[in-house]
Amino acid sequence: MSDELKPVLEGFFTTGDKPALLGSRCTKCGTYYFPKLEGFCRNPDCDCSQFESVELSRTGTLWSFTNACYKPPEPYVAAEPFEPYAIAAVELDKEKMVILGQVVAGVGVDQLKAGLPMELVVESIPDLVEPAGKLVWKWKPMTEGGAA
Amino acid sequence: MTQEIAIIGAGMHPWGKWGRKFVEYGVEAAREALADAGINWRDVDFVSGAATMRCGYPGYVAGATFAQALGWQGAEVNTSYAACASGSQALAAARAKILAGQAEVALVIGADTTPKGFLAPAKGERPDDPDWVRFRVGITNPTYFALYARRRMEIYGDTQEDFARVKVKNAAHGFTNPKARYRKQFTMEDVAGSAMVADPLRLMDVCATSDGGAALIVCSLDYAKKIGKANAPRVAAISTVTPTFASAVIEMPDLATDSAVVADAQSFRAALPKKAYEEAGIGPEDVSVAEVYDLSTALELDWMEDLQLCARGDAAKLLRDGATKIGGRIPVNPSGGLACFGEAVPAQAIAQVCELTWQLRGQSGDRQVEGAKVGITANQGLFGHGSSVILKR
Repeated sequence: MSDELKPVLEGFFTTGDKPALLGSRCTKCGTYYFPKLEGFCRNPDCDCSQFESVELSRTGTLWSFTNACYKPPEPYVAAEPFEPYAIAAVELDKEKMVILGQVVAGVGVDQLKAGLPMELVVESIPDLVEPAGKLVWKWKPMTEGGAA
Repeated sequence: MTQEIAIIGAGMHPWGKWGRKFVEYGVEAAREALADAGINWRDVDFVSGAATMRCGYPGYVAGATFAQALGWQGAEVNTSYAACASGSQALAAARAKILAGQAEVALVIGADTTPKGFLAPAKGERPDDPDWVRFRVGITNPTYFALYARRRMEIYGDTQEDFARVKVKNAAHGFTNPKARYRKQFTMEDVAGSAMVADPLRLMDVCATSDGGAALIVCSLDYAKKIGKANAPRVAAISTVTPTFASAVIEMPDLATDSAVVADAQSFRAALPKKAYEEAGIGPEDVSVAEVYDLSTALELDWMEDLQLCARGDAAKLLRDGATKIGGRIPVNPSGGLACFGEAVPAQAIAQVCELTWQLRGQSGDRQVEGAKVGITANQGLFGHGSSVILKR
């Protein structure tokens, strides 16, 4: 069912069984970027302007976490009544970067701890136009064995 | 040749939510600073303003706006914008002009009028704007401060009580500060009883936005001597460095840090005071008092470590031991900090220097840090802006 939903942001992530964030990688120095970068590499020692589109690592380690206890302002579209959600900052080992995202519904801050292995999934969030919502990437604590 | 300038005047309009034009706060602060310096407005030959982005065109050209409001008298003007570091950039512009021999006396000035409620991004679908994107996926401003705070809890074992202690300490400091907006001696129970905003931060852990205005009169050492103020506090360093790639701490409004695959991970906050110490030829062991940007209570603890006032992870211990309150070994935010002021962006970095000026002169009354000789400020804002200023006497 979720395959029929549209992404909340075009070109930011893939959907399906093994969703991944879409980033850029500098073809000269190898630095990764998320969201995708166009134009010029931001490594001060690199003068490259060529990037390849890459899927970033689907798993990482929880760096820190919080939640949103109040409804965020627009353009966020919140469920009514508002349901607080957790937010994770996850460190990707290969890319050596930290990426933010909501945590899957049903997982609160009391179930999180720095160092937890986390996996990228897609879930729907409310949308003004689409009654069923739109898809967004979220982080999910990995269960024993890593299956999600 | 000296690289120092003197601070001979400081003035502030009280912080609050007054709902008047920012120009009024600035003029009142400037007049107080001029009176404090004992000089005439016509003696100022350079006006260095910090811009505000929320008050229309007059805010973009703040230096000229204040100069006109005080009465055009032919001084040269400049306006600086560097988010939260705007006031320090304005001070740096004045210092450059004075040290180059192109000006003798400068007014450094910033003021702001803030809207009520929370700021929201502009309307419409704008996926190319990182600020719009992060709000669209539910990442708000307190998210970032809460992530830093939670990281401290996870790595160093800090607690929510530690964060509340920062608020209680700063509230006690600012309680009698006539320039502060919030003058109430909050208790641990008050903080614990306030609403959770972004776990682990509660409403009383995060700072508000305020109206306010601050001004400094700075001059060459020769001029200070000439008017009998040779012992005035001096600006020993101003650091306004940018981050260095690869910046490893997630920063508002980004969704990701730099990737550190080919360059070492760097800390922007730590880089700011490092440059200031190098420039002043002064070390953290020489610091008597610090004014840091406590956008959240937990952030004050990060700053203490970035300023090298203690080892990484030890800030909460210093706080618990009472080292950072007035009378302790290294008082932090004797003014009451942003906890008592709320943030008035273009005025805030200048206000930090005003407080240190009064502290170094021994004029801070019951907020006085005894024998204060060296003071340091630190702040950080959006888009790679930040500053650290060192004053000494």
